[in-house]
Amino acid sequence: MIFKNFDFVKHRNKFFIFSSVLTVIGIIFLFVFGMNLGIDFSKGTRIDIKGTHALSTEKVDQQVQKLGYKPKETILSGNNKDIVTIRLNEVLDKEQIAEMKTAFKDSVGVDKNNVNISTVSPQVGRDLAKNAFYAVIISSIFIIIYVWIRFEFLQGLTAIIALLHDAFFIITIFSLLQIEVNIVFIAAVLTIVGYSINDTIVTFDRIRENTKLRKKKPKTFEEFSEIANNSIRQTLTRSINTVLTVLLPVIALLIFGSESIRTFTIALFIGLLIGVYSSIFIASPLWAIMKAGHIKRKQKKKAAQPQT
Amino acid sequence: MVKKGRIVSFFAILVVLAVIIGFTIQPIIHNVKLGLDLKGGFEVLYQVKPLKEGQKVTNDTLKNAVAAINKRINVLGVSEPEISIEKGHRIRVQLPGVKDQKKARKLLSTTANLTFRDVNDNVVLDGSDLQAGKAKIVFNDLNKPIVSLKLKDADKFAKVTKKISSMPPGQNLMVIWLDYNKGDSYKEESQKKDPKYISAPSVNKVLNTKDVVIEGQFTMERATTLKDLLNAGSLPVKMKEIYSTSVGAQFGQDAMQKTVFAGIIGIAAIFLFMLLFYRFGGFIAILTLIVYIYLVLAVFVGMKAVLTLPGIAALILGVGMAVDANIITLERIKEEIRSGKTILSAFRAGNRRSLGTIFDANLTTIIAAAVMFVYGTSAVKGFAVMLIVSIVVSFITAVYGARLFLWLWVQSQALNKKPGYFGVKKGDISDL
Repeated sequence: MIFKNFDFVKHRNKFFIFSSVLTVIGIIFLFVFGMNLGIDFSKGTRIDIKGTHALSTEKVDQQVQKLGYKPKETILSGNNKDIVTIRLNEVLDKEQIAEMKTAFKDSVGVDKNNVNISTVSPQVGRDLAKNAFYAVIISSIFIIIYVWIRFEFLQGLTAIIALLHDAFFIITIFSLLQIEVNIVFIAAVLTIVGYSINDTIVTFDRIRENTKLRKKKPKTFEEFSEIANNSIRQTLTRSINTVLTVLLPVIALLIFGSESIRTFTIALFIGLLIGVYSSIFIASPLWAIMKAGHIKRKQKKKAAQPQT
Repeated sequence: MVKKGRIVSFFAILVVLAVIIGFTIQPIIHNVKLGLDLKGGFEVLYQVKPLKEGQKVTNDTLKNAVAAINKRINVLGVSEPEISIEKGHRIRVQLPGVKDQKKARKLLSTTANLTFRDVNDNVVLDGSDLQAGKAKIVFNDLNKPIVSLKLKDADKFAKVTKKISSMPPGQNLMVIWLDYNKGDSYKEESQKKDPKYISAPSVNKVLNTKDVVIEGQFTMERATTLKDLLNAGSLPVKMKEIYSTSVGAQFGQDAMQKTVFAGIIGIAAIFLFMLLFYRFGGFIAILTLIVYIYLVLAVFVGMKAVLTLPGIAALILGVGMAVDANIITLERIKEEIRSGKTILSAFRAGNRRSLGTIFDANLTTIIAAAVMFVYGTSAVKGFAVMLIVSIVVSFITAVYGARLFLWLWVQSQALNKKPGYFGVKKGDISDL
């Protein structure tokens, strides 16, 4: 292992700066490009049609326009360029949906069994976005409470910082690449939240164990960084192997899986990589500094108190 | 000295498991309920609104509406409909595997309010004048299907027909509407090729009877639908579609095939990795993973949960989680072996020390999954359920299953002084 003798805490500033820069870039991206929100979070109609052969977006577009709609976006996808996704601002009603389903039979040769249509009204879109936001916040709060009880507050705090860092990074990448964000994206972010915390917890668990093994209670920054370094090194193989084993099926899903869950697998792929990075290079070093700082402040306070 | 008994029991357990799995896997896979994203079908979220002004939508009206929808779905013969009431006066209807989506949608949302009107669109009779559940299909002289109804009061019908028959020819019509909307008019519709109303028979004389027939230009199918709708009863509310997804049957099937194929490749890759990296420990891990996949499916079917596309992804990811528990334990055992312990004590120490870690790591993921379940909608909910089932089952198989298997081998002493079986090089072992 190349990292076996690597001093993670010593080189922390490089990683902190790297992550801070990433986060700042992310904020800029979000402001400049925004997110490509799918109809789940706004309103409108999404039509997916799948041909038995390569399709042309022009023909599909023409057909949609013939029915009197203006496509907001038409995207060609699929390994054989056989899937076309059209997004409309209008929310189609059931007659219009029925009409749309059968419309591609003659024009592009796609039977109604190969057409998916989803509609979302503005009200529902708002509700979905609201629920998704709550889900991330509430699960973060529960996790912090759990880690606080099982470990200590500072570890809970650093775990959440690492976790939000990961979630935000995925959002940044999606903003940069303008990948459509749908409701399944939220499931992916929450899964990453789960995995990323998983990695962090395993390292913290080692820190807890290594701290207990010490004859003397650690007090200085040097001692805490030694504990953090050792714990990271001891759990490193496991962290990397676990991510590898989870990455294997994710890569398989990315290559061979259905296009319908592509957003989900892309988010997972990015999230897993950033998750292992943050739990190795961010969470534990950050904990070492915060812990040392905390003890120092405590000692100062004690020293400031008049001796009796 | 190798104790053969332990190894024999290991293989005995293996054979028993293989037999159980072999005999039950077929029916289990057969009984997996597929969600509409895999099977095709559609899902509609309705906003429930009062039918008349002043009517309040209460829990009871919602329940009545669901009962009426249920009756109608029975007509469609959909095997696994899911109807649920959601916050904010909403009703979610999921119909996986429904063939004629257009018909289903129409059947669901019509209020099925039958009205008889004159040519000026004034109501003369409505649904409340009918006897409930008495609609029937009969055939006329030309052997065409017609729908017969029974009225509550013959006198009222006599009065109504008297009034209409006294109108001049061309206007002595009784227009029969299903779901008349404000603004619809007979005069406009009668000019169209395909008018909205069902039929407009002329009335020439006073009819003093309870029996009424509707003679539209019915096909057998349309007549049956009308009869069923009338017998199922009208909806007590108006329902507006606010969210809908419809998945083509072929689309869903392709998605499932692809995803399952990807899953098999992914899981095979995991197996290979484990075998290369952890050798014998990896082999034991693979055995527990197979049991894990079987159990997850069994529990999932037992819960009558619906498998969705994200659900399959969760199952595959779950394999990753289950492997993680194995990796944590095996890494720990490797470490203990490297520190110079015997295989037996390394096994004991490794197991003891890894349990807490695995527990904490899994529980935090369950927290995220539980929140997803509470706040998620259908597809996300399916994912969350699968994730929770996976984590619980993986904890049991990876911790207890793998331990039992490995314990039998360690106890047999067949692995003694063979650190290579765990992927540890002899040179890496430090002297105590």
